[in-house]
Amino acid sequence: MKFGIVRFPGSNCDEDAWFAVVEHLRQDAVMLWHKAHDLEGSDVVILPGGFAYGDYLRAGAIARFSPIMREVVAHAKRGGVVIGICNGFQIACEAHLLPGALLRNDRGYRSMPVTVRVERTDTPLTAAAAAGQRLTMPIAHGEGRFTASDEDLDRLEGEGQVIFRYVDAAGQPTAAANPNGASRNIAGVCNTERNVVGLMPHPERAMEPLLGSSDGRVLFESLLATVSA
Amino acid sequence: MKFRVPVDVLPRRGILDPQGKAVTDALHTLGFSAVDEVHVGRHLVIELAADSEAAAREAAAGMCQKLLANPVTEDFVIGAPEAA
Repeated sequence: MKFGIVRFPGSNCDEDAWFAVVEHLRQDAVMLWHKAHDLEGSDVVILPGGFAYGDYLRAGAIARFSPIMREVVAHAKRGGVVIGICNGFQIACEAHLLPGALLRNDRGYRSMPVTVRVERTDTPLTAAAAAGQRLTMPIAHGEGRFTASDEDLDRLEGEGQVIFRYVDAAGQPTAAANPNGASRNIAGVCNTERNVVGLMPHPERAMEPLLGSSDGRVLFESLLATVSA
Repeated sequence: MKFRVPVDVLPRRGILDPQGKAVTDALHTLGFSAVDEVHVGRHLVIELAADSEAAAREAAAGMCQKLLANPVTEDFVIGAPEAA
Protein backbone atom coordinates (compact mmCIF):
# COMPACT_ATOMS: atom_id res chain seq x y z
CA MET A 1 0.00 0.00 0.00
CA LYS A 2 1.18 3.50 -0.73
CA PHE A 3 0.78 6.36 1.71
CA GLY A 4 0.98 9.96 0.55
CA ILE A 5 2.08 12.32 3.29
CA VAL A 6 1.38 15.96 2.51
CA ARG A 7 4.09 18.38 3.49
CA PHE A 8 2.98 21.97 3.97
CA PRO A 9 5.33 24.78 4.92
CA GLY A 10 5.17 24.40 8.70
CA SER A 11 4.27 20.69 8.85
CA ASN A 12 6.31 19.07 11.61
CA CYS A 13 4.84 15.58 12.04
CA ASP A 14 5.39 14.59 8.42
CA GLU A 15 8.60 12.73 9.32
CA ASP A 16 6.86 10.99 12.22
CA ALA A 17 4.12 9.82 9.88
CA TRP A 18 6.75 8.66 7.41
CA PHE A 19 8.59 6.74 10.11
CA ALA A 20 5.38 5.07 11.27
CA VAL A 21 4.42 4.01 7.77
CA VAL A 22 7.80 3.05 6.36
CA GLU A 23 9.75 1.82 9.38
CA HIS A 24 6.95 0.30 11.43
CA LEU A 25 4.51 -0.86 8.79
CA ARG A 26 7.02 -1.50 5.98
CA GLN A 27 4.76 0.19 3.45
CA ASP A 28 5.53 2.50 0.56
CA ALA A 29 5.23 6.20 1.17
CA VAL A 30 5.75 9.39 -0.74
CA MET A 31 6.10 12.92 0.56
CA LEU A 32 3.74 15.23 -1.32
CA TRP A 33 4.84 18.86 -1.45
CA HIS A 34 1.94 21.25 -0.98
CA LYS A 35 2.51 22.77 -4.41
CA ALA A 36 2.27 19.41 -6.17
CA HIS A 37 -0.69 18.56 -8.37
CA ASP A 38 -0.42 14.78 -8.18
CA LEU A 39 -0.90 12.26 -5.38
CA GLU A 40 1.51 9.90 -7.18
CA GLY A 41 -0.78 6.93 -6.80
CA SER A 42 -1.26 7.21 -3.05
CA ASP A 43 -3.92 4.90 -1.65
CA VAL A 44 -4.12 6.73 1.67
CA VAL A 45 -3.41 10.42 2.13
CA ILE A 46 -2.17 11.65 5.51
CA LEU A 47 -2.50 15.31 6.41
CA PRO A 48 0.09 15.49 9.19
CA GLY A 49 0.43 17.65 12.27
CA GLY A 50 2.30 20.92 12.50
CA PHE A 51 1.58 24.56 11.92
CA ALA A 52 0.92 24.81 8.20
CA TYR A 53 1.44 28.41 7.07
CA GLY A 54 2.15 29.33 10.68
CA ASP A 55 -1.54 28.85 11.50
CA TYR A 56 -2.03 32.34 10.07
CA LEU A 57 -5.62 33.57 10.09
CA ARG A 58 -6.88 30.27 11.58
CA ALA A 59 -5.25 26.88 11.84
CA GLY A 60 -5.67 25.21 8.47
CA ALA A 61 -7.33 28.18 6.80
CA ILE A 62 -4.55 28.93 4.32
CA ALA A 63 -3.30 25.36 3.85
CA ARG A 64 -6.70 24.47 2.53
CA PHE A 65 -5.93 26.46 -0.62
CA SER A 66 -2.63 24.73 -1.38
CA PRO A 67 -2.61 23.18 -4.86
CA ILE A 68 -2.28 19.65 -3.46
CA MET A 69 -5.53 20.07 -1.54
CA ARG A 70 -7.47 20.13 -4.78
CA GLU A 71 -6.15 16.61 -5.43
CA VAL A 72 -6.77 15.53 -1.84
CA VAL A 73 -10.38 16.68 -2.03
CA ALA A 74 -10.82 14.89 -5.38
CA HIS A 75 -9.32 11.72 -3.86
CA ALA A 76 -11.77 11.95 -0.95
CA LYS A 77 -14.72 12.53 -3.31
CA ARG A 78 -13.74 9.36 -5.18
CA GLY A 79 -13.94 7.48 -1.88
CA GLY A 80 -10.19 7.55 -1.24
CA VAL A 81 -9.05 7.46 2.36
CA VAL A 82 -7.79 10.68 3.96
CA ILE A 83 -6.54 10.84 7.54
CA GLY A 84 -6.09 14.22 9.22
CA ILE A 85 -3.99 14.26 12.36
CA CYS A 86 -3.95 17.33 14.62
CA ASN A 87 -3.16 20.22 12.24
CA GLY A 88 -4.25 17.87 9.45
CA PHE A 89 -7.63 17.53 11.19
CA GLN A 90 -7.86 21.33 11.31
CA ILE A 91 -7.02 21.53 7.61
CA ALA A 92 -9.61 18.85 6.75
CA CYS A 93 -12.28 20.81 8.63
CA GLU A 94 -11.33 24.06 6.90
CA ALA A 95 -11.46 22.23 3.55
CA HIS A 96 -14.98 21.00 4.44
CA LEU A 97 -13.84 17.40 4.19
CA LEU A 98 -14.94 17.04 7.81
CA PRO A 99 -17.70 18.74 9.78
CA GLY A 100 -17.19 21.25 12.57
CA ALA A 101 -14.25 23.43 13.53
CA LEU A 102 -11.33 23.29 15.95
CA LEU A 103 -11.08 26.32 18.18
CA ARG A 104 -8.55 27.56 20.68
CA ASN A 105 -8.38 25.26 23.70
CA ASP A 106 -10.25 26.41 26.76
CA ARG A 107 -7.01 26.26 28.77
CA GLY A 108 -4.09 27.01 26.50
CA TYR A 109 -1.64 24.76 24.73
CA ARG A 110 -1.68 21.12 25.87
CA SER A 111 1.12 18.63 25.35
CA MET A 112 0.41 15.39 27.20
CA PRO A 113 -0.76 11.82 26.79
CA VAL A 114 -4.53 11.44 26.62
CA THR A 115 -6.82 8.45 26.55
CA VAL A 116 -9.49 8.20 23.91
CA ARG A 117 -12.24 5.64 23.50
CA VAL A 118 -12.91 4.15 20.08
CA GLU A 119 -16.58 4.93 19.47
CA ARG A 120 -16.96 3.34 16.06
CA THR A 121 -15.07 0.64 14.22
CA ASP A 122 -16.74 1.17 10.84
CA THR A 123 -14.06 3.47 9.48
CA PRO A 124 -10.82 2.56 7.72
CA LEU A 125 -8.87 3.98 10.68
CA THR A 126 -10.60 1.97 13.39
CA ALA A 127 -11.67 -1.30 11.75
CA ALA A 128 -9.02 -3.37 13.57
CA ALA A 129 -9.81 -1.85 16.95
CA ALA A 130 -12.58 -3.00 19.28
CA ALA A 131 -15.55 -0.77 19.99
CA GLY A 132 -14.94 0.86 23.35
CA GLN A 133 -11.21 0.13 23.19
CA ARG A 134 -9.17 2.75 25.01
CA LEU A 135 -6.06 4.12 23.35
CA THR A 136 -3.42 6.29 24.96
CA MET A 137 -1.73 8.68 22.56
CA PRO A 138 -0.09 12.08 22.86
CA ILE A 139 -1.69 15.38 22.04
CA ALA A 140 0.21 18.62 21.39
CA HIS A 141 -2.03 21.45 20.29
CA GLY A 142 -3.41 24.86 21.17
CA GLU A 143 -6.47 24.68 18.94
CA GLY A 144 -8.20 21.37 19.34
CA ARG A 145 -11.52 22.26 20.87
CA PHE A 146 -13.94 20.53 18.53
CA THR A 147 -16.97 22.72 18.03
CA ALA A 148 -20.17 22.52 16.03
CA SER A 149 -23.73 23.71 16.56
CA ASP A 150 -25.86 21.57 18.88
CA GLU A 151 -27.91 20.54 15.89
CA ASP A 152 -24.81 19.42 14.01
CA LEU A 153 -23.44 17.63 17.07
CA ASP A 154 -26.70 15.72 17.42
CA ARG A 155 -26.55 14.79 13.77
CA LEU A 156 -22.92 13.63 14.08
CA GLU A 157 -23.84 11.49 17.07
CA GLY A 158 -26.90 10.13 15.29
CA GLU A 159 -24.97 9.23 12.16
CA GLY A 160 -22.17 7.61 14.13
CA GLN A 161 -19.59 10.12 12.95
CA VAL A 162 -18.00 10.59 16.37
CA ILE A 163 -15.06 8.20 16.20
CA PHE A 164 -12.97 9.05 19.26
CA ARG A 165 -13.86 10.59 22.60
CA TYR A 166 -11.56 11.71 25.43
CA VAL A 167 -12.17 9.50 28.47
CA ASP A 168 -10.80 8.98 31.95
CA ALA A 169 -9.20 5.85 33.36
CA ALA A 170 -12.64 4.32 33.88
CA GLY A 171 -13.53 4.94 30.24
CA GLN A 172 -15.95 7.75 30.99
CA PRO A 173 -16.03 10.99 28.95
CA THR A 174 -15.75 13.31 31.96
CA ALA A 175 -14.92 17.01 31.94
CA ALA A 176 -11.64 16.23 33.72
CA ALA A 177 -10.63 13.87 30.89
CA ASN A 178 -11.29 16.54 28.27
CA PRO A 179 -7.97 18.30 27.58
CA ASN A 180 -9.24 21.20 25.50
CA GLY A 181 -12.94 21.77 26.15
CA ALA A 182 -14.07 19.88 23.06
CA SER A 183 -17.85 19.61 22.66
CA ARG A 184 -19.01 16.27 24.08
CA ASN A 185 -15.37 15.22 24.59
CA ILE A 186 -15.00 14.66 20.84
CA ALA A 187 -11.42 13.85 19.83
CA GLY A 188 -12.08 12.59 16.30
CA VAL A 189 -14.82 12.49 13.68
CA CYS A 190 -15.41 11.17 10.18
CA ASN A 191 -17.38 12.43 7.18
CA THR A 192 -20.74 10.98 6.20
CA GLU A 193 -19.11 8.64 3.68
CA ARG A 194 -16.69 7.50 6.45
CA ASN A 195 -13.56 7.61 4.26
CA VAL A 196 -12.16 10.80 5.81
CA VAL A 197 -11.23 10.64 9.48
CA GLY A 198 -9.67 13.38 11.59
CA LEU A 199 -8.36 13.23 15.14
CA MET A 200 -6.40 15.49 17.46
CA PRO A 201 -4.19 12.81 19.15
CA HIS A 202 -1.09 11.57 17.34
CA PRO A 203 -1.17 7.83 16.53
CA GLU A 204 2.07 8.18 14.55
CA ARG A 205 3.81 9.21 17.76
CA ALA A 206 2.49 6.17 19.63
CA MET A 207 3.97 3.32 17.62
CA GLU A 208 6.39 1.63 20.04
CA PRO A 209 6.99 1.34 23.80
CA LEU A 210 10.01 3.59 23.51
CA LEU A 211 7.64 6.44 22.65
CA GLY A 212 5.51 5.72 25.69
CA SER A 213 2.70 3.93 23.86
CA SER A 214 2.11 1.53 21.01
CA ASP A 215 -1.59 2.23 20.89
CA GLY A 216 -1.37 4.08 17.59
CA ARG A 217 -0.44 0.88 15.81
CA VAL A 218 -3.94 -0.55 15.75
CA LEU A 219 -5.10 2.48 13.80
CA PHE A 220 -2.44 2.09 11.13
CA GLU A 221 -3.09 -1.66 11.06
CA SER A 222 -6.74 -0.85 10.42
CA LEU A 223 -5.71 1.05 7.30
CA LEU A 224 -3.66 -1.91 6.11
CA ALA A 225 -6.56 -4.28 6.71
CA THR A 226 -9.25 -2.20 5.02
CA VAL A 227 -7.72 -0.16 2.23
CA SER A 228 -7.05 -2.05 -0.95
CA ALA A 229 -3.82 -1.02 -2.59
CA MET B 1 -11.20 53.30 -7.64
CA LYS B 2 -9.17 52.19 -4.65
CA PHE B 3 -10.84 51.46 -1.36
CA ARG B 4 -9.83 50.45 2.14
CA VAL B 5 -12.45 48.16 3.63
CA PRO B 6 -12.32 47.42 7.36
CA VAL B 7 -13.50 44.00 8.46
CA ASP B 8 -14.00 42.67 12.00
CA VAL B 9 -14.15 38.94 12.60
CA LEU B 10 -15.39 37.86 16.02
CA PRO B 11 -16.17 34.57 17.71
CA ARG B 12 -19.86 33.84 17.36
CA ARG B 13 -21.84 34.69 20.48
CA GLY B 14 -22.45 31.70 22.67
CA ILE B 15 -19.23 30.00 21.61
CA LEU B 16 -16.66 29.96 24.39
CA ASP B 17 -13.97 32.57 23.73
CA PRO B 18 -11.06 31.74 26.04
CA GLN B 19 -9.07 34.80 24.98
CA GLY B 20 -12.00 37.08 25.68
CA LYS B 21 -12.56 35.41 29.04
CA ALA B 22 -8.88 35.74 30.03
CA VAL B 23 -8.93 39.43 29.13
CA THR B 24 -12.18 39.94 31.04
CA ASP B 25 -10.69 38.28 34.12
CA ALA B 26 -7.55 40.43 33.87
CA LEU B 27 -9.61 43.60 33.59
CA HIS B 28 -11.59 42.59 36.67
CA THR B 29 -8.33 42.00 38.52
CA LEU B 30 -7.27 45.54 37.57
CA GLY B 31 -10.45 46.92 39.06
CA PHE B 32 -12.50 47.44 35.90
CA SER B 33 -15.44 45.82 37.57
CA ALA B 34 -17.98 47.33 35.19
CA VAL B 35 -16.75 45.07 32.38
CA ASP B 36 -19.25 42.32 31.57
CA GLU B 37 -17.52 40.59 28.69
CA VAL B 38 -14.72 41.12 26.19
CA HIS B 39 -14.70 39.51 22.76
CA VAL B 40 -11.36 39.04 21.07
CA GLY B 41 -11.31 38.72 17.31
CA ARG B 42 -9.32 40.20 14.48
CA HIS B 43 -9.48 43.38 12.51
CA LEU B 44 -8.48 43.33 8.85
CA VAL B 45 -8.13 46.19 6.42
CA ILE B 46 -8.51 45.12 2.81
CA GLU B 47 -7.10 47.48 0.22
CA LEU B 48 -8.63 46.79 -3.13
CA ALA B 49 -9.78 48.22 -6.43
CA ALA B 50 -13.53 48.32 -7.05
CA ASP B 51 -15.98 50.26 -9.18
CA SER B 52 -17.98 51.56 -6.25
CA GLU B 53 -18.24 51.49 -2.48
CA ALA B 54 -20.99 48.89 -2.75
CA ALA B 55 -18.85 46.70 -4.97
CA ALA B 56 -15.94 46.98 -2.52
CA ARG B 57 -18.19 45.94 0.31
CA GLU B 58 -19.60 43.04 -1.67
CA ALA B 59 -16.11 41.83 -2.59
CA ALA B 60 -15.10 41.92 1.08
CA ALA B 61 -18.19 39.90 2.02
CA GLY B 62 -17.21 37.24 -0.49
CA MET B 63 -13.72 37.10 1.00
CA CYS B 64 -15.15 36.68 4.48
CA GLN B 65 -17.41 33.87 3.41
CA LYS B 66 -14.64 32.03 1.61
CA LEU B 67 -11.59 32.61 3.77
CA LEU B 68 -11.47 35.38 6.34
CA ALA B 69 -14.11 34.01 8.72
CA ASN B 70 -14.98 30.44 9.60
CA PRO B 71 -18.71 30.08 8.95
CA VAL B 72 -19.01 27.45 11.70
CA THR B 73 -17.74 29.60 14.55
CA GLU B 74 -17.21 33.22 13.57
CA ASP B 75 -19.23 36.23 12.50
CA PHE B 76 -17.95 39.15 10.48
CA VAL B 77 -18.87 42.81 10.23
CA ILE B 78 -17.84 44.89 7.22
CA GLY B 79 -17.26 48.54 7.96
CA ALA B 80 -17.70 51.53 5.67
CA PRO B 81 -15.21 51.45 2.79
CA GLU B 82 -12.96 54.51 2.60
CA ALA B 83 -11.68 55.82 -0.69
CA ALA B 84 -7.94 55.23 -0.60
